[in-house]
Parts: sequence; structure tokens; C-alpha cells
Amino acid sequence: MSIGTERPPALEARGLHARLGTTPVLHGIDLSLAAGCWTSIVGPNGAGKSTLLRTLAGLLPHEGEVRLFGRPLAQVPRRERARRLSWLGQGGVAEGSADDLLVYDVAMLGRLPHQRWLAAPGPADRAAVESALRSTQAWDWRDRPLGQLSGGQRQRVLLARALAVEAELLLMDEPLSDLDPPHQSDWIRSARSLAAGGRTVVSVLHEINAALAADAVVVMDEGRVLHHGASADPATHRALEAVFDQRVAVHRVAGQWLAVPN
Amino acid sequence: MNPRRRGPLLGLVLLLCAAVLLVLGALVGSTGFDNPFALGSNDPVGIQIVRDIRLPRTLGAWLAGALLGLAGAVAQGLFRNPLADPYLLGSASGASLGVALALWWLGAAAGSMPWLARLGITGAAFVGAVLAVLLTLLLARGVQQTLRLLLAGVIVGVVLGAIKDLITIASADILQALQGFMLGSTGLVGWPACALMAVLGALCLLLSVALAPVLDGLALGEATAASLGMPLGAMRAALVAVLALATGTAVAQTGLIAFVGLAAPHLVRSVVKTTHAGLILLSTAMGGLLLMGADLLARWLVAPQELPVGVLTAVLGGSYLLWLMHRRGARGTA
Repeated sequence: MSIGTERPPALEARGLHARLGTTPVLHGIDLSLAAGCWTSIVGPNGAGKSTLLRTLAGLLPHEGEVRLFGRPLAQVPRRERARRLSWLGQGGVAEGSADDLLVYDVAMLGRLPHQRWLAAPGPADRAAVESALRSTQAWDWRDRPLGQLSGGQRQRVLLARALAVEAELLLMDEPLSDLDPPHQSDWIRSARSLAAGGRTVVSVLHEINAALAADAVVVMDEGRVLHHGASADPATHRALEAVFDQRVAVHRVAGQWLAVPN
Repeated sequence: MNPRRRGPLLGLVLLLCAAVLLVLGALVGSTGFDNPFALGSNDPVGIQIVRDIRLPRTLGAWLAGALLGLAGAVAQGLFRNPLADPYLLGSASGASLGVALALWWLGAAAGSMPWLARLGITGAAFVGAVLAVLLTLLLARGVQQTLRLLLAGVIVGVVLGAIKDLITIASADILQALQGFMLGSTGLVGWPACALMAVLGALCLLLSVALAPVLDGLALGEATAASLGMPLGAMRAALVAVLALATGTAVAQTGLIAFVGLAAPHLVRSVVKTTHAGLILLSTAMGGLLLMGADLLARWLVAPQELPVGVLTAVLGGSYLLWLMHRRGARGTA
């Protein structure tokens, strides 16, 4: 892994505070996420992982500063931000409201930031949607409404929607929820290949083993970053074991880092 | 069939049916069916009835239904709730209160100057509907929180309804005219009303189709919609404005027509799965066809008497929705 110094960090946070309602959730986060890397954010429930991700995406009001590729996020125009930063939310879609949208149209929504207002999708848009749907193996359902798909299938369509943006930076909140093990492995492979292709991937993951497949791991608890380091670094493993009260132990098994319950 | 072709096909079918009903509507009157070939140039009264009464009324029914269908599709998308209808933000009770006030104020003058009364009632209904929506927005402190908006709409509806009831109790002589408004009627729609509804309807249609991508985005959740770079606040406000304008225009001309706005998008969705732009266009055509058909039935069923068209739409729309719900429930996909 190379936490590159030649490019500016994809995302930087300085003194980040955020609250949900009136409850403070993030307490002064300082973080610098390298471009061209896949970083996973892990921690126990309620650590503030999703809040951090939403704040980094500019979706929550906050104190402190977020920089996107070296520029203050607040100064990046809305549409430009949407082209450079793609977002995949937690838990997919509330049942019902999107049931009548066709899979293809859902994926095409990812192209909105690239299209002029009211303009019909161009060849580039169609190509991006097709390759995104194929990469999550959802292309065969393109003419089916979302309501006819299972939870895991929906998740793959929503993932394709996020990929279709073709943004340099992808923020994903629990992208593996609802996916079966083979498709979890597919997702891990695609996150790796995105990073290998120069994109930056930041994911909040509950699956510690998937998180350890990333280039770097951010360990959070109680609204603070406890550790940020390479996933192969023993210090990262110790931080992971500590944050989960020593109830997991990280071992190297068959060339992969795995967290095994104690 | 390719699901992408079903939308345009349904649109075509809906418009063709409307064209057929327009011809039928011109022929149905208090005397039952007219023979179209008997309406020769030697019957100036007959021609005048068709030209000045039946045609504008039939077309007006289509236009008012179209406005309600459009408003229903926008409301259901905006509130992400399949039970949302055009009257959700208090416009129905606002319009009723406006009409009650106008009737009360016009009082005896209404009998002597029918066109002034008509204008006053139309204007009062429109102003009442729009003011009620503004009051709802004020109580909800903007459009950002849809749940708060829904609750404010309910509160405004109840309070304005109570005030209207107070006025009716104070002056019982307006009761019958008010009842006529609340049941809905297409009987008084003339060419000027048609022109007004056509112009405002076209404006609402253009605006809502242009804003439809935000409804698709919102269906995937607030955060996803925001991440797509759309100015959510401004677009929501514009959609609420379209909703208020379309509903207010329809209500002012035809009174409170029940169920068309709720049923039209459901009927469309039961046939075609499409984006909100397609849904809005098709719901417009569907709403128009529904009210036009209901108007025709209302005139024909008990001719030479006439049923209030709102009663008919409530009965027909309600039973169709019930059947739809039942069928979906049976398939386990409700």
C-alpha cells in the first residue's frame, strides 16, 4: 500500500464536530484520507461511523472543515461535488417509495450530475450505466421494477447507481448489508479494482474481515478516531482488538487478515 | 412487451379514449342521447347547446381531472406516500372556507347577478385553496420536513373546516350552494374556464415534468437525492407551488372532486412502471379521462336529472382502489 504523498488527500477533516438532533456525535475529528486508496471505517455500534461519512459527504451540517481534494467542500459547487463524490446510503431504500422505478432508470439517476437539465441521456451516460449494472451483475434485471427484487438484489442495483456516477471518490455506508457471501467478495474485488484504477473508496463496514481487505482502516469509538493505519499494520490490529474489548483477535489466514472471535 | 413501450402506448390509449368521450359528451344531454346526424344546420338551438354548454363542459371535465391527476402524482412523489392526494396541504378546506365566505358575503346579491357570483365563488375558492397551502407551509416552517408538512396540512384542514362550519351554522341559507361546491360539479364550466385551466395546466405540466428527476432521487432517500447535486429545497418549494396551483385551479372551477387525484396515479402505476416524469404525464391523461367519463355518466345515468359528479368519482374511484388493493393483497405485493 502507498498512502500517497504526491496527490492531495481525497478528503480531509479538521476539528470536525457534528450532532444528530441535539446530541453531539462527532467530537473533533482530524482525518486525512489518501487518494487512490480504499479506506474502511470500523467501530462498534454508535461509534459515529455513518455520521462521519455523511459529514464528509457534505450531507450533514457540521463545525470544522472538510476538504475535498484540497478544496474546502463548502466552496465546491453542488453539481461539481456530485460528479466528484458519489454516495451510497445505508440500508438501501425505504420499502415502497422506489418500488415502481425500473432498475435501469435507478442506475441512470447516477448520471444526473453529468447531464444538462432536461437533456436526454447521451451515449456516455448509457455506457456508464450499462457497465455499472454489469459490474454488479444487475444488467439482466434492467427492465424490472425495484419492487420485484430481493433486498440483496436491490442493494446491487443501488451500488450500480453509485458506480454509474463514475466519481473519483466513492463514499459507501455499509455496502455489504443484504449481500450474500459471493456478492460480498465481488464487492471487495470491485473496491480493490476501483482503488487500483486511481479512485478513492471510503466505506463504513460492520464486517471486520471485509474492512481488513482495504488498504487502510480507521478505527472509531464514541465519536473519535482512535487509530488510522494500514490494514497490515500490527498497530491497526491492536486498535481493532481493543475497540471490540479484546473479543476478536486478528490473525493471518491463507494470505488474508481475519478477525476471529475470541 | 418491452416495458419502455408501455408508457407511450398507455398515453396514446388514454388520449384516444378521451377523444371518443369528448364526442359522446357533446351528444349526451338532459334529453338523453342525441342522434349526431339529426343535429343539422337547421337546428340552431341544438348547435348552440353543443357548442356553448356541452363541449366546454366535457372538455372542462377533462382539464379539471387532468389537473387533479397531475397534482396527485406530484403529491405522492413529494411525500413518498401512496395515500397522498392533491388536497393534502389543506387546499380543500381552504377552498370551502373561501366559497362559504363568498356566499355569505354575496348573500342576496348572488341571485340577481349570477355571473358575478360565479366569478366571486371561483376566485374565492382559488384564493382560499392557495392561502390554506401557504398557511400550512408557514406552520410547517418550510418544505424541508415532509412529515411536519403533512401534519400541518391536517391541522389546517381541520381548523379551516371548523370555521367553515361555523359560518354555515350562522347563515344556513348558503348551505345548499356550499353543498353543491363540496360535492363537485362540472356543470358550470364554460369556454373561459376551459382556457384558464388549459393555460395553467400546461404551465403546471411543464414545471412538474422539469422537476420530476428530484422525485426519482427522493424515492431513493433524502441523502441520495442531495448527493446528486440537486438544490432540494428550491425544487421542493417549486413542486409545492405546482401542487397548490394545479389543485387550486381545478377546485375553483369544479369544486371538490373526490378520488380522481388519488386514483389516477395508482391506476397508471398498476399498468406501467416508469419514472416520475412519465408518471406525471400519464396521471394527467388518466385524471382527465376519469373525470370526463364520470361527468358523462353523471349526466346520462339519471337523465334528465343529473348526479353530482363528485359523488360518482368517489363511488367509482373508491371501489376501483379497493379492488386494486384487494388484488395486490391477494398477490402479496401490496
